[in-house]
Amino acid sequence: MNDFTPVLLMFLFVAFLVLFMLGLSLLLGPKKKSAVKGEPFETGMVPFELPGDRFSIRFYVIALLFIVFDVELVFLFPWAAVFRQLGWFGFAEMLVFIVILALGLIYAWKKGALEWE
Amino acid sequence: MSLTIPTVNLAAIGPELALTVGALILLLLSLGRYRRSTGLLLAVALGSLAVAFALVIAAWKAPVEAFAGSVALDRFAVGFSLAILSAATLTVLLSLNELERSYLLLADYYGLVLFATVGMLFLASATSLVMVFVGLETLSISLYVLAGQRRTQASSLEAALKYFLLGAFATGFFLYGVALIYGATGTLQLREIGTYVGTHGIFGSPLFAFGVLLLLIGFGFKIAVVPFHMWTPDVYQGAPTPVSGFMAAGSKAAAFAALVRIVFVAVGPTVVNWTALLWVLAVLTMFVGNVLAVVQDNVKRMLAYSSIAHAGYILVAIVAANDLTNSSVIFYVLTYTFMNVGAFGVLSALASRDKEALDVHELSGVGYQKPLLGLAMAIFMFSLAGVPPTAGFMAKFYVFSAAVKAGYIWLAILGVVAAMISVYYYLRVVVYLYMREPDGETTAWPRLVPAVGVALGVAVLAILGMGVWPGSVMGMLRQAAALL
Repeated sequence: MNDFTPVLLMFLFVAFLVLFMLGLSLLLGPKKKSAVKGEPFETGMVPFELPGDRFSIRFYVIALLFIVFDVELVFLFPWAAVFRQLGWFGFAEMLVFIVILALGLIYAWKKGALEWE
Repeated sequence: MSLTIPTVNLAAIGPELALTVGALILLLLSLGRYRRSTGLLLAVALGSLAVAFALVIAAWKAPVEAFAGSVALDRFAVGFSLAILSAATLTVLLSLNELERSYLLLADYYGLVLFATVGMLFLASATSLVMVFVGLETLSISLYVLAGQRRTQASSLEAALKYFLLGAFATGFFLYGVALIYGATGTLQLREIGTYVGTHGIFGSPLFAFGVLLLLIGFGFKIAVVPFHMWTPDVYQGAPTPVSGFMAAGSKAAAFAALVRIVFVAVGPTVVNWTALLWVLAVLTMFVGNVLAVVQDNVKRMLAYSSIAHAGYILVAIVAANDLTNSSVIFYVLTYTFMNVGAFGVLSALASRDKEALDVHELSGVGYQKPLLGLAMAIFMFSLAGVPPTAGFMAKFYVFSAAVKAGYIWLAILGVVAAMISVYYYLRVVVYLYMREPDGETTAWPRLVPAVGVALGVAVLAILGMGVWPGSVMGMLRQAAALL
């Protein structure tokens, strides 16, 4: 009996449960089709664009910037957890890291990557 | 909870730090009113490269290992770093041509060149697979952007996109290989992987063998080994001309440094099957590259195929896997840097805003109209073809003699045959330079920019110097054979 056997059992059980419930609704549920039900579901809002449309290249820039600061957090949280043990050395290291990131942000800002127009 | 901070020895990454600081300054300068002051930008770029050069040379006397064995600035790394820094310095100077000045945002461009160089240097000194990956990515991402610097030209954008998509794909292979090797051995340090191979053998676990194979595919893309070479011609043709030279020489030097280190430290030189695979790849690469280069009229495209062939020659030395391997690979990479960056440099020096002479027919008579540029181009071509007394000859000689010494007579013979094929298309350029009348209207070639002249002069002198006195250079490089 491996440590992970219960996890595997749970996976199997969840898969079974999902299929079971979907199957039940497929068999027993009433089916009344209408135009409204055929629309893509956007939390109750009426969609005003089709999902297949092209969207602005600016989203890519925003996504890139997001990744940078997202990854920064990956470093910041463990650093904060052991901040006292690392002492001044760790503080200086993190400062260098953040300053370099800040330079990147300033660069993106001044180059107009944050402008939406 | 106790915490052990690994030994921090900044000397091991000194050159990279110097270049990073330089690149950051350049990025900031690009925002303010100094973004057009060429002199200042050039000074920052060349200054940080000079500091990096000094630190690398200092490391020759005192090799260092640091960061829990992730980085080793040993003599092996120093040898490759010299080639990489030379490629970067030449590229910085060669980018001052008329055509390049018309579209390059110089501050951002120099920043990217320096960042790419940082990645290359890390590849040369990385002793852990994670560091290899970080270096590979730093270098690749900068080069993707550099390839697309001619933003108004469709072919340049095509080059950037193609390079990016295929490069990202190759990175996936590489990373998956790293993951499998970690899964099989439980370590990312090359030396510890070597210990694992020592006890289990390369086929001890299928996971490990498959991981090594994926790693090889990842490297194959970067150094343009057949059958992973398809992106090379389009990318080299579309990218700005000095960038093509930098891409070919710098990234090849860096990736070969990492590949040699992995082959010898991690996978072990005595593994027969590994060598057989490289043998086939080397022969394929030499022949496909050279045969396809023969039919190219576009000189940039021809040089792209020739760069594939040169990757094949270098692989020959890796197959040999003996005491001559490291020194002959470094010698080849150094030579290739000067002759290849130089050849692309001449092409970009001949380009003006009205006309970019890229077809070999357009070079007709240049040898008389621009005697110095013609002479430089002829020397680069002779060296690429491997004609004595240029360094290109000695480089091929060392590579093939390593193969002969290891008993791979047939590999050496095939290599020489492939090199004979290449003589045709290199000398074809020389024939057009000197033995053909310029067709139709006489073109006004642009004036030679002094900085470009200096860079080309240095490249020519380096090629002739290393060709005439190869012994002294080789004597130094022999000491670089020892890996830390």
